[in-house]
Amino acid sequence: MGSIGRFSRLAFGGWALLLLLVAAAPAPSSAQQVNPTASSVKEQQLLQELNRIQGRVSIPDQRSGVLEQPAGRDWREFRNVTLRWVGGIAILGVLAVLVIFYLSRGMVRLESGRSGRSIVRFTTFERFVHWMTATCFIILALSGLNITFGRPLLLPLIGFEAFSEWSQWAKYAHNYLSFPFTIGVVLIFLMWIAGNIPNKVDIDWIKRGGGLVGHDHPPAYRFNAGQKAIYWIVVIGGGLVAATGYELMFPFYVTGIEGMQTAQIVHSIVAVLFVAAMLAHIYIGTIGMEGAFEAMGSGTVDVNWAREHHTLWLEEEMARTRPNDAQPQPATAAE
Amino acid sequence: MARMKFLCDADRCIECNACVTACKNEHEVPWGINRRRVVTINDGKPGERSISMACMHCADAPCAAVCPVNCFYTTADGVVLHSKDLCIGCGYCFYACPFGAPQYPKVGNFGSRGKMDKCTFCAGGPEADGSKEEYDKYGANRLAEGKLPLCAEMCSTKSLLAGDGEIIAQIYKERVMKRGYGSGAWGWKTAYRETIES
Repeated sequence: MGSIGRFSRLAFGGWALLLLLVAAAPAPSSAQQVNPTASSVKEQQLLQELNRIQGRVSIPDQRSGVLEQPAGRDWREFRNVTLRWVGGIAILGVLAVLVIFYLSRGMVRLESGRSGRSIVRFTTFERFVHWMTATCFIILALSGLNITFGRPLLLPLIGFEAFSEWSQWAKYAHNYLSFPFTIGVVLIFLMWIAGNIPNKVDIDWIKRGGGLVGHDHPPAYRFNAGQKAIYWIVVIGGGLVAATGYELMFPFYVTGIEGMQTAQIVHSIVAVLFVAAMLAHIYIGTIGMEGAFEAMGSGTVDVNWAREHHTLWLEEEMARTRPNDAQPQPATAAE
Repeated sequence: MARMKFLCDADRCIECNACVTACKNEHEVPWGINRRRVVTINDGKPGERSISMACMHCADAPCAAVCPVNCFYTTADGVVLHSKDLCIGCGYCFYACPFGAPQYPKVGNFGSRGKMDKCTFCAGGPEADGSKEEYDKYGANRLAEGKLPLCAEMCSTKSLLAGDGEIIAQIYKERVMKRGYGSGAWGWKTAYRETIES
């Protein structure tokens, strides 16, 4: 009994002492002048914590709750300086390389001449998909480059009104043609995936310089390593520009403002590199190589072209058609 | 020449949103667009503050720097304005703006952006001062009539100040000196690369 009493007295005394200490602690500061900002939110502190200040708004547009976000400054630096350098160097660099290559190497000729016999390389549907995507790509590229390079390059030449008018239409074209372009990229992905899985033949092809350097003709199936690279650039690059492009086209559906800044960075960097890569693709498909354009033009290529550039594919095709086509077709062209 | 600025004294703002309403009414701003808004930080907690924010008419404005068609211009008063005839509604100024000032009417397909709309410091646009075309596109041009922006003019607590940057900074400094505290000129460092010592 006595011990409980002593314990409770001790406990009470302890609590009383603690309360006294707690009460005494803030006493000196309460005498100071009232400063309502002592505990208030501070702009610089908020900015340092998150690099943005966000609060609550009572208007329906809840996105406007972001009060301040100086991150746009970095994005501005990217758009006005970094992107122009990266894009300029990539595109002009590839153009310069192509010009030098063309002047030194010239068109890659058909070494064995034309056989006069042709073989189907791309079906009508494949060519339709290719040209739909290609047409969209060229317009998307020009209208996109206009956003980055138009103001310093084109605006001083044609003036504010004309440039604005053109840019307005270019924006509409950019937005609308993104849909057929995306469909094209998806179809390209599906219809050519089988021939574009990298394999051992590609390593040899790359080691031998793909026949571009020197006059070698390394074997290749339907698509050689260079074409496979183009395929994956189109599929991955096209996928990236499409995804980020839609994010920008439908503001705030996916992300907030910082997400759109990132999306614009990815979209534009991938796009300028994409354009640079496509310049090389256009070169090799037209003036770079004899007999190459007709693959996407008429859909058929000369058998000698197929033998020189896609030996293994030609063998496959021959093996596939031989049972029904035992007789070699007579050469119809001259010689 | 005066260099126009906004200054919101966060220690006075009571989040009445009258500036927002005044702005919408004065310029007949369409539905869904707010040139000015009041943001409350730490709402309901000790130290909460409300700040009325619109375009700050930045020095070296980021919107003007990134605009692909160069539709922005800065007036002799330091007011950042733009031409809706040139604007293509690409949204780039919105990515660059630190204050979320540019607004886009949702016109046409896929919620795509129409021509950008933002606070004009009640200074209209490139059209003739006080013309109907100017009013239809940009709202009232009070500055041309010798009046200051309505949001600040009618602010009941005189929290929102608009006018010559040096004068409003002086008013704010005196307030801070008299009452002994001030949470600073919100956004000034970002917009003008300067702040008011208090």
